[in-house]
Amino acid sequence: MAVAALLTTASLAACGESGDSSEGAAKTLTYWASNQGASIEFDKQTLQPELDKFEQQTGIKVNVEVVPWSDLLNRLLAAATSGKGPDVVNIGNTWSASLQATNALIPFDDATLAEVGGKDRFVPAALAAAGAPGKPPAAVPLYSLAYALYYNKKMFSDAGITAPPTTWEELVETGKKLTKSGQWGLAVEGANPSENSHHAFTFGQQWGGEWFDSAGKPTFDTPQNVAAVKRYVDLMAVDKIVNPSNAEYAQNQSVADFANRKAAMLLWQAAGSNFKAQGMSPDEWGIAPVPFPATPPPGGKKVNSMVAGINLAVFTHTENREGALQFVKFMTSDAEQVILNKTYGSLPSVKTANADPAFQAPEQKVLGEVLGSTAAPLPQVPEESQFETLVGTAMKELFADAAGGKPVTEAQVKEKLGVAQQKMGS
Amino acid sequence: MATTTAPGPVRPAGRPAGDDPPSRRGRRGVRRSYLPYLLLVPAALLELGIHVVPMLVGVWMSLLELTQFHIRDWSTAPFAGFENYRVTFDFDSATGRDLLHSFWVTALYTTLSVGFSWMLGLAAAVFLQRPFRGRALLRTLFLTPYALPVYTAVITWTFMFQRDTGLVNHALDQLGLIDGANPPFWLIGENSFVALLIVSVWKSWPFAFLCLMAGLQNVPPELYEASAIDGAGFWRRLRDVTLPMLRPVNQVLLLVLFLWTFNDFNTPYVLFGGSAPRQADLISIHIYQSSFVTWNFGLGSAMSVALLLFLLVVTAVYLLVTNRRREHA
Repeated sequence: MAVAALLTTASLAACGESGDSSEGAAKTLTYWASNQGASIEFDKQTLQPELDKFEQQTGIKVNVEVVPWSDLLNRLLAAATSGKGPDVVNIGNTWSASLQATNALIPFDDATLAEVGGKDRFVPAALAAAGAPGKPPAAVPLYSLAYALYYNKKMFSDAGITAPPTTWEELVETGKKLTKSGQWGLAVEGANPSENSHHAFTFGQQWGGEWFDSAGKPTFDTPQNVAAVKRYVDLMAVDKIVNPSNAEYAQNQSVADFANRKAAMLLWQAAGSNFKAQGMSPDEWGIAPVPFPATPPPGGKKVNSMVAGINLAVFTHTENREGALQFVKFMTSDAEQVILNKTYGSLPSVKTANADPAFQAPEQKVLGEVLGSTAAPLPQVPEESQFETLVGTAMKELFADAAGGKPVTEAQVKEKLGVAQQKMGS
Repeated sequence: MATTTAPGPVRPAGRPAGDDPPSRRGRRGVRRSYLPYLLLVPAALLELGIHVVPMLVGVWMSLLELTQFHIRDWSTAPFAGFENYRVTFDFDSATGRDLLHSFWVTALYTTLSVGFSWMLGLAAAVFLQRPFRGRALLRTLFLTPYALPVYTAVITWTFMFQRDTGLVNHALDQLGLIDGANPPFWLIGENSFVALLIVSVWKSWPFAFLCLMAGLQNVPPELYEASAIDGAGFWRRLRDVTLPMLRPVNQVLLLVLFLWTFNDFNTPYVLFGGSAPRQADLISIHIYQSSFVTWNFGLGSAMSVALLLFLLVVTAVYLLVTNRRREHA
């Protein structure tokens, strides 16, 4: 009942918003942007001048709505269900295969890609994270991101540490030195399922695990994945370099803790602009690639980040496919890529824009190197968004146990991941 | 009521009989018999559109394998028969077991929340029954939680329950009730149930208060006077005068509170940000997780239908029992 009612309301809401795209179909597009900057208002102010440029060039007016991350997937789902809503949308690139399975997004086959500038314009790793392998991408990459280790330079030098850690063992050792009253070695976003699942993926890769087998079946509770998840949660449970309070963080409080000098290290994607917004100047922090285990476990891969990023997709229900593709071409043009990625601190998804000096800053250089060498896309399977939710929530519970002082054993991790896996099948 | 539903034309009061010519009387009779139905049409249509049709759609959805592959065009979704129900009630599997767990959590939560809300509401209503200076002010104050928007109020509670920066731990620490160096969590772990219960009672007791206060207005003061003369003390009066006189109000109030609390979605959703801790995993949020978040709308609908049937049965039994008791009384 509740589901039906919610779905109906969601589609009704979507109907209401699509009102302006139906009148004067050729001249108007509706665009849902994800929240990339420090606030929704900031994003509106960033995007509006660019949309005005597009209107000048093509005569097509774009109505933008910046949708918060907490609502975006539900809103997209409602739009996919009802066949009403925006023409062009931003999607988290990890959702690409899940949304692709709904058939609500137009496939970017070679001909369609040619209309927006051609396949070769895009960074291959980013384009690979835009849909299931072997199928035409469901979207094109817009902003590219990667995880990195951010550290507080002053805290490091005060403790006599000269270089950022490159292995988890070093990170724990460093973290212990930096954990003292009112200050913690590392901050994590323990109650945010998405963040948790991203780390589950990276640690899993390093410990030789896979979350889905080649047939797309979930393999959550393998010994490798159990060891990987346990290693991450143990940063709080065993090593005690993470404030137990982080177990209830889900609104980017860990970024705030780092920016407010309550934590010495943070694993995050392109956090520089966010630090700045919170009053931490760029020369206060340093950046390094995410560490690896000192001795790689059997089958472990040299992966220290997911290919993170935002993709741009077009709904099949658009009444203005041509205009929508023109807009995609505009947003992925060199000029726009430089302007927007520079503002957000992310990296361009097209090769030619990456040469711009704006992306040679230390932060962007590290992110670019990680993306180019040691980043891997999350499993591009239709059930990916379920993986994020179920595994991420299981890890939230493990963090809650750790914070409550309960020991987190291998058996518990295995049980929680096993339950998550069973739910995938139902 | 009795006059309008009585068969045959009814004259408006104040008009002398025989004023109408006989020829017009017949036509008016026909029009009158249509009019009530005509007036009901908008309500019936809305009821159909808002309740009945979505409910039937929900039942239909529960029989489909409605996943992300078919969500865009439901006609392509394979017919699953009772498979979704089998998964829902298979208490050996993770899905069924978790649903059962969630059911018990919800049952306990509802019992405690309704119980506390009712007791608080009754205490406040009785306390404010007699006029005194400042009564109006207190009434207004007590009703504030009921007047606040749920989302805003619960978001405020979320801030208050935060471990390091929350007001609750700060206050408890000042009072020396907790160890300030290692304060408890309220939004995760065991205490999350208590936190949820506190917010729920805070949110629903003013409604109980409002209803009971209205009910008390109808208790004739003579009854209290008579019982006072007979030497009945406060508790005796409460038991033998107030509560029996409030029975009709209580019958509806408890049912409504039960249904609202059992189905409550907003409070846990806002308090825990969509993924509730296991200890406070209410059924509505559990169903949301099982359908929206994992994109399995068939399964979510099956759980919803099961929930609807359960609530229907409880309501029917409740009304049957309370009505019979009232007839006997």
